[in-house]
Amino acid sequence: MSIENSGKPVTLTIDGKPVQAHSGEFLLAVAQRAGITIPTLCHHPALEPYGGCRLCVVDVTEEGWDGWCKMVIACQFPVKEGIIAFTASERVIETRRVVLDLLLARCPDTPLIQRLAREYGIEKTSYVPNPNPTDCILCALCTRVCDHIGVSAIATVNRGIGREVAPPYHQPPPDCIGCLACAEICPTDYIPYTTSSTSRTIWGKSFEMLRCPTCGRAHITVEQARHFAGHGGVSEDYFTTCDACKRKQMAGTFQRLQGVLPAAAPPAR
Amino acid sequence: MRIESPAAFAEFRKSAQAKLAQRRAEVLVCCGTGCLANGAAAVAEAFAATLDGSATEVKTFTKRTGCHGFCERGPLVVLRPAGILYTKVKPRDVKEIVDKTLKGGTVIPRLLYKEPTSGQRIEHYQEVPFYKHQTRVAMRRIGHIDPTDFEDAIAHGAYGGLVKALGMTPEEVLREVEISGLRGRGGAGFSTARKWRSCRNAKGERKFVLCNGDEGDPGAFKDRSIMEGDPHSVLEGMIIGGWAIGAHEGIIYVRDEYPLAVVNLTLAIQQARDAGLVGQNILGSGFAFDIRISRGGGAFVCGESSALMRSLEGKVGEPRAKYVHATDRGLYDLPTVLNNVETWADVGAILEHGGAWFAAMGTTKSKGTKAFSLVGKVKNTGLIELPMGMTLRQIIYDIGGGVLNDRPFKAVQTGGPSGGCVPEALLDLPVDYEKLTEAGSMMGSGGMIVMDDRTCMVDVARYFLKFLTEESCGKCVPCREGLHQMLAMFDDLVAGRGKPGDIERIERLSRGMQLGSLCELGKSAPNPVISTLRYFRDEYVAHLERRECPAGICRDLTTYEIMPETCDGCHACFKACPVEAITGKVKELHVIHQDKCIACGACYDACPTQAIRFLPKHQLAARGVA
Repeated sequence: MSIENSGKPVTLTIDGKPVQAHSGEFLLAVAQRAGITIPTLCHHPALEPYGGCRLCVVDVTEEGWDGWCKMVIACQFPVKEGIIAFTASERVIETRRVVLDLLLARCPDTPLIQRLAREYGIEKTSYVPNPNPTDCILCALCTRVCDHIGVSAIATVNRGIGREVAPPYHQPPPDCIGCLACAEICPTDYIPYTTSSTSRTIWGKSFEMLRCPTCGRAHITVEQARHFAGHGGVSEDYFTTCDACKRKQMAGTFQRLQGVLPAAAPPAR
Repeated sequence: MRIESPAAFAEFRKSAQAKLAQRRAEVLVCCGTGCLANGAAAVAEAFAATLDGSATEVKTFTKRTGCHGFCERGPLVVLRPAGILYTKVKPRDVKEIVDKTLKGGTVIPRLLYKEPTSGQRIEHYQEVPFYKHQTRVAMRRIGHIDPTDFEDAIAHGAYGGLVKALGMTPEEVLREVEISGLRGRGGAGFSTARKWRSCRNAKGERKFVLCNGDEGDPGAFKDRSIMEGDPHSVLEGMIIGGWAIGAHEGIIYVRDEYPLAVVNLTLAIQQARDAGLVGQNILGSGFAFDIRISRGGGAFVCGESSALMRSLEGKVGEPRAKYVHATDRGLYDLPTVLNNVETWADVGAILEHGGAWFAAMGTTKSKGTKAFSLVGKVKNTGLIELPMGMTLRQIIYDIGGGVLNDRPFKAVQTGGPSGGCVPEALLDLPVDYEKLTEAGSMMGSGGMIVMDDRTCMVDVARYFLKFLTEESCGKCVPCREGLHQMLAMFDDLVAGRGKPGDIERIERLSRGMQLGSLCELGKSAPNPVISTLRYFRDEYVAHLERRECPAGICRDLTTYEIMPETCDGCHACFKACPVEAITGKVKELHVIHQDKCIACGACYDACPTQAIRFLPKHQLAARGVA
């Protein structure tokens, strides 16, 4: 198969239903748009597909393949004209079951995994449950979002079953800006952090908070403001006022322009 | 010296050959890794020292060559032109060889290879069964040349294929490779010509030619020997590949555990660059191609193509989905051809002799020859190359000399951790890509591990699982968690802790891993399990249901005892026992003390009268002997 990322309109079949798409689009997005649910764990629409959880496996065949199907992952499979996909064939379901069974052994106490496993008829893992239960499913969403915003403070380290997400040498990561993107994106809330009006701590590193001069809320770390100012080409001062207050101020400006509110001295920045 | 044109190349080759012809005789000392480990360096030094003084008299030169293949009998010395093979040569034999054979013209029977069945001494290496049945293409120059001597390689035909290729259009080169039927020697067997053509047709100015030298399967060392013994054959193939697909950059990915390969390849690239065979305007053709080496950090998974490319990019060597082929988007997302060391080594010969010549060897779908590392319980371990389609029996018995100590043959494992075990019933299976796959194994890297009756198939499967558990990158769930759980079940099986339903659980997990894993490492990881279950299911049942290891290997299930009626008190077992669990005086009955015995089986293997037997541990326990 060659790449057909031309984006020309194509028609494919998912679970017997004709679906319109553009060639090169990923099957998962196409299916979702058509209202067909495919389970995922390591997928996030804002990030490049990863292909680690293997939960979105589907069977794909084409006219002339004589019924032979190949199993692919929907999140990363580019569609093209005429492909026929089955998102819930017997072996697709069975493969997902094996994956969930294995994940349940790794994360026996994790509600998200318990719920998904139950959806596939698994109440209890058939394997040896992890003696040290963890909530980390190694979906790498945290490390990928960290890469995505240009920080790369954490990464997956070690091989095989010893793989884990960690900052370099398990020390407080020098590059971390304390943005909490990793903790926010984590589907199992595995990454711990504390945040208060004066400071924030994540990955063993503490951050000083900037307070919004208008509302007084501690809303961003100093490092965060510096990082985004550097990337966005704006001054660090831009980040001192919190988003909520900035929105309010902007709304006020518009209303004054429209004569709803009387003119006032420009708000302090 | 830069060679500017094909005519100048022909001239250069002629003078190199003439220089070689002046030597009256050559002493070829195998300096492959196996022979070096057995002291070949000292042998070569002794020859050089002895011959240097008398060089004028006998005009004999010492040559340190790459691996001759017959590692079992190393250090190996071949005397040319007579072709006399001396095996297991020690430095102290050197003077005698020089005096008696080189000067006196008589052979030394003691050093000749002795045919185990007839006891006959064989003089010429071509007559030795180990070599007689082989046909060497990828390894055509190994053992004949000094891999560090550029002129020697040229005199023996190196770059002859390149000269021809550059005189052809890229399309003609592609067609020649197509005719040859060459398929990937890394194991998957994809058509080389098809791969090249897709890459040639791919859009993009910048393309890459890569060589996979990350050979990591336990028991495989053919790529190592090629890179060490004839590095120019790899370079030649890559330059031809570059010409055919329109690439100007080549990278050889070599594992860092192959230091000699790195040294010899580095030197070869330098020599080729100095001669104008690598770099700008190769042989005046206007074609430019450069090659560099990248050393791998020792992760097995980096032999997987997408992981190898990530590693070359300086990223973590982890695979990614390959719905878009590397020939379209490979290294740095640019069109890339990745071939195995052996594939590249074949290319030069194919261009030199023609695709039809190569296609005349082999079977309908698998053409040419294939290199194998023949290891395990076989008499002649070593490196071999033979036409596709030879049967396993011919390989193991005719070339390999049969099973070590003439024990019964049980199975042969091919294809490394991704392969499977082929049982005795399939010994007449012709070896090619399709036939091995049908048998539940695969060609893989060309590792061939022979196993005798003292091999437990559950233990074998467990060994490969353990290897892969350590080498899985851990990116995807089925491979990371699946291997971990699978190994846990095998650990239980060999320790007699298996639970009802374990075999079914293993089969179900195998299927899930095959279908669900990201890359071939995970997809093929269950192969050793599935193939041993297919042919040796009764052994699994014995371990699980009866807590017995039929081969007497699994230590937790096995115990050894001496049969008083057969023991003649020879004391051999006493000497073999590593833990002093055996007592007894010479010519008296010996006894194994079960409290000390670790069930390693060393006594069993040492006993000349078969007075030691093994039995399931629970039987001994039932007798009240704990």
